[in-house]
Amino acid sequence: MAFTLPALPYSVNALAANNMQQETLELHHGKHHNAYVTALNGFVDANAALQGKTLEEIVKLSHGDASLAGVFNNAGQHWNHIIFWENMSPNGGGIPGKLEAKLIADFGSVQAFKDSFKTAATTQFGSGWAWLVQGADGKLKTTKTPNGSNPLATGEGKVLLGCDVWEHSYYLDFRNVRPAYVDNWLNKLANYEYAEAQLG
Amino acid sequence: MGAIGRRSVLLGAGLLPLLRISGAAAQAPGPFSLPPLGYAFEANEPHIDAQTMMIHHDRHHAAYVANLNAALKDYPQVAAMPLEAMLGKLAELPEPIRAAVRNNGGGHANHTMFWGVMGGKGGAPSGSLAEAITRDFGGLEALQGAFNKAGLGQFGSGWVFVTVAKDGKLGLVARPNQDTPLQDGARVLLGNDVWEHAYYLKYQNRRADYLAAWWNVLDWTRIAARFEAAKAGTLAI
Ligand SMILES: [Fe+2]
Ligand SMILES: [Fe+2]
Ligand SMILES: [Fe+2]
Repeated sequence: MAFTLPALPYSVNALAANNMQQETLELHHGKHHNAYVTALNGFVDANAALQGKTLEEIVKLSHGDASLAGVFNNAGQHWNHIIFWENMSPNGGGIPGKLEAKLIADFGSVQAFKDSFKTAATTQFGSGWAWLVQGADGKLKTTKTPNGSNPLATGEGKVLLGCDVWEHSYYLDFRNVRPAYVDNWLNKLANYEYAEAQLG
Repeated sequence: MGAIGRRSVLLGAGLLPLLRISGAAAQAPGPFSLPPLGYAFEANEPHIDAQTMMIHHDRHHAAYVANLNAALKDYPQVAAMPLEAMLGKLAELPEPIRAAVRNNGGGHANHTMFWGVMGGKGGAPSGSLAEAITRDFGGLEALQGAFNKAGLGQFGSGWVFVTVAKDGKLGLVARPNQDTPLQDGARVLLGNDVWEHAYYLKYQNRRADYLAAWWNVLDWTRIAARFEAAKAGTLAI
């Protein structure tokens, strides 16, 4: 069965008051994410070994296989963007109690978590993603991945939050100023309720 | 208000500053400095818009220069090397600055080349360069087709380059991020930036349209001079 573009969990102008304008969301969801889905379906159609596999299975089996680089890029980006839409909210930025306690326990403070996440996001050179994950040891940590890769592929843990730092995510709203986009994302867009619900 | 109007307001710039010739950007202390563009920001209109040129040169390229200088601050022996030598010997550089030189030195070299092959009116090369393009690619149109395909296939941020060897032989390569053929000791005849910042304000997700339009702003006279310099062994970056 073909993969499909999921609907946004809010309207395309729902994040504009929090500095992600409608045009950004329309392009990002309707053009960029949609193109990854279309490309992925093309690869699956052409390769019987991929048919009947889940998205997670395709991400894992194509990771590190140079002959499946195109599959990995587009499957990874489909997986990443599904999370990205879910982990933003028009009411983003507020951190619920259980997650707040866990962030303080593992990073020392909420600010230390934000600083760590921002460092990951701003030091990912070129296109990629910043992540908050829960490792196999149960501890929360931040990490980054290039292009379409993600913690599912690298085995770095369960994703609580993922922030897209491809320039298409922020160029209309913040131009070259990625640090301002990341600050805004952490303080006004990130859906920490979603993150808390992923805690194991 | 239309998208362009909103963008100008967001930028807080208005139109007037876009009309000046670049070169006044603040220079960080260090061995490297941001080269002036050499033409007005609007020189590549309508194919590359003036606002994109301004941000790309004065902010993105300027940041690579500033970050490169910062990385070299405590490494005077590396700082004394020509940029192309640094990039050609990355593996021999001190480990703490290797990635910073690769990314920011590559960014400085690539963008310096990029401004230097643009600012023209497109068209076609002539003379020995035209002959080399026909010999190695089957003609300008065939080169453009292969080059645009490589640029479109570069997943994520990166560049597509035509390389030139000392014997005049041309090649085609794509590289991620700010990697450059200079790392392999090769020389670049021309190259196009396919980071989204190079085209997002005007072309958004339509990288293919940007790649096709870019040929209209090439300066084949300056590219021919690069070709001759490469064969003479005097082309640095
Ligand atoms: Fe990977
Ligand atoms: Fe994206
Ligand atoms: Fe660039």
